[in-house]
Amino acid sequence: MSETIDQNKRHFLGMATAATGLVGVGFATVPFLSSLKPSARARALGAPVEVPLGSLEPGEMIRVVWRGKLVYVLRRTSDMLKRLSDVTDLLRDPDSLEADIQPDYTVNEHRSLNPEYLVVEGSCTHLGCAPLPQFEVTPSSDWFGGFFCPCHGSKFDLSGRVYKGVPAPTNLKVPPYSFSQTNVITIGIDPSDA
Amino acid sequence: MMTDNTKKLENNSKLLSWIDERFPYSETMKEHITEYYASKNFNIWYVFGVLAMVVLVIQLLTGIFLTMNYKPSSEEAFSSVEYIMRDVEWGWLIRYMHSTGASFFFIVVYLHMFRAMLYGSYKKPRELIWIIGMLIFLVLMAEAFAGYLLPWGQMSYWGAQVIISIFGAIPFFGEALVEIIRGDYSISDITLNRFFALHVIALPLALIALIFVHIVALHEVGSNNPDGIEIKDYKNDQGIPIDGVAFHPYHTSKDLVAIIAFLMVFSLVVFFAPDMGGYFLEYANFEKANPSATPEHIAPVWYFTPYYAILRAVPDKLGGAIAMGLAVLLPLFLPWLDRSKVKSIRYRGWIYKFALTTFVISFISLGVLGVLPADGIYVSMARFFSILYFAFFLLMPYFSMIDKTKPVPDRVT
Repeated sequence: MSETIDQNKRHFLGMATAATGLVGVGFATVPFLSSLKPSARARALGAPVEVPLGSLEPGEMIRVVWRGKLVYVLRRTSDMLKRLSDVTDLLRDPDSLEADIQPDYTVNEHRSLNPEYLVVEGSCTHLGCAPLPQFEVTPSSDWFGGFFCPCHGSKFDLSGRVYKGVPAPTNLKVPPYSFSQTNVITIGIDPSDA
Repeated sequence: MMTDNTKKLENNSKLLSWIDERFPYSETMKEHITEYYASKNFNIWYVFGVLAMVVLVIQLLTGIFLTMNYKPSSEEAFSSVEYIMRDVEWGWLIRYMHSTGASFFFIVVYLHMFRAMLYGSYKKPRELIWIIGMLIFLVLMAEAFAGYLLPWGQMSYWGAQVIISIFGAIPFFGEALVEIIRGDYSISDITLNRFFALHVIALPLALIALIFVHIVALHEVGSNNPDGIEIKDYKNDQGIPIDGVAFHPYHTSKDLVAIIAFLMVFSLVVFFAPDMGGYFLEYANFEKANPSATPEHIAPVWYFTPYYAILRAVPDKLGGAIAMGLAVLLPLFLPWLDRSKVKSIRYRGWIYKFALTTFVISFISLGVLGVLPADGIYVSMARFFSILYFAFFLLMPYFSMIDKTKPVPDRVT
């Protein structure tokens, strides 16, 4: 056995031990970090929700909860639908070009499957407050009806499209949904899977 | 009699040496308490560190007792807090001490930090103490935020909704991060449960560890003083700083006066104004969390409002989040932003005094604006003061260098 210390060997062994340890720590991190993600139960509770539309009058809106998120279902009057094209110039993304905000089948002016029924998440795209429905038109203040967020003043039109110059960056999100019967929508299921 | 006492002393010293052979008890006491020398010219600004420790103890004690009756579930949280307030013997007192303690924690910590800015306590050789202190401040903010969700009131819920959503502004992984923070697709029972874990275990542990390191670092380099000079430069023949006096009994007896005065004010609030007109406990929070209706007006608790005003001043989601993050983190760099030759404001010129005054005015104004609704003139004002806030830090390398300083004395005055 040699009396001298092989520093290179020591250094190598030290680094190798540390590297092995780090790999171990890396693997051990996975279960802890994964446990922070939505659990199987939370995912199961995200099951689709059926909303019967039979009793919804024109101009009326109902709130439903899907995956713990608030969803607005608004039955628009023909007058409301006419107003959609009046505000185009005031909007940031009137044609819903921004991706991942709505399913492809709702990329149109009325942002819905059936023009009459608007289905949007009731969560402001700025910081998540619930925008208030304010459907009355007040020409004096350039308000053509839509949704107003009380927290930081973001404005959306009757299709949930965001106005220019407000803190919310994008239109209100449209959840995946489909008509399971003529008068019932199912939130959480795309029409192609229905 | 006499022999009894002598015997007692003898036994005491026997016990002491038995311990000292196994644990550095006497050595530690000397180094940190009876033979830790701090400047004799401390003024009132030097009591807030000790007061922060007092509030920490209040929070830990009352927190432990609250945990014995609180239920961290969305079904039961709100009613268990009502139960503590109404049915648990003295439960109202314990909870009001805890909620008032949260606000007072920030009052004393803000004043403690301002003291460092007055006397340049963050400057060399105390940069690390300042950095550790800033980490304590960050953990304290997280601790207060997590604690605020626990009563599961309307403001708990929507405040958390807004603050967690800020992380969603981060490009690419923001949305995934938000999901990991909440553990669900919205703020739910799961979120409440994990915030409880953070609030009662993870963050307090981090806080205590950081405070320990903060004090060890302080005792290594020694405390600063209102003259911003090093008392260790002038030692007597026993190696004791001539201008220093022992922490115990001298500074402790002075601190005791401050602690008593503090507890008097603290008690006044706990007993006569625990909600402080809606600023310490917000009225919207007396209503149970309702995920389908945002309260008309959302404002965080007062100690977050300066940063919240900065967030709202920027008319862009990501921009606002970045501005707010910067506002919180910029003070971390003070040791390097400040280029002045002197530490204490006593020997600085008018430029620094003017800049610091402007900073204080803008910080307080932002705090007031953060409570008010964000419309009309308030938004313009918030923008104006946000610019002043950032200007203080970003222009500091320049104005602290050109500022005319006065000669610094050798010994404390």
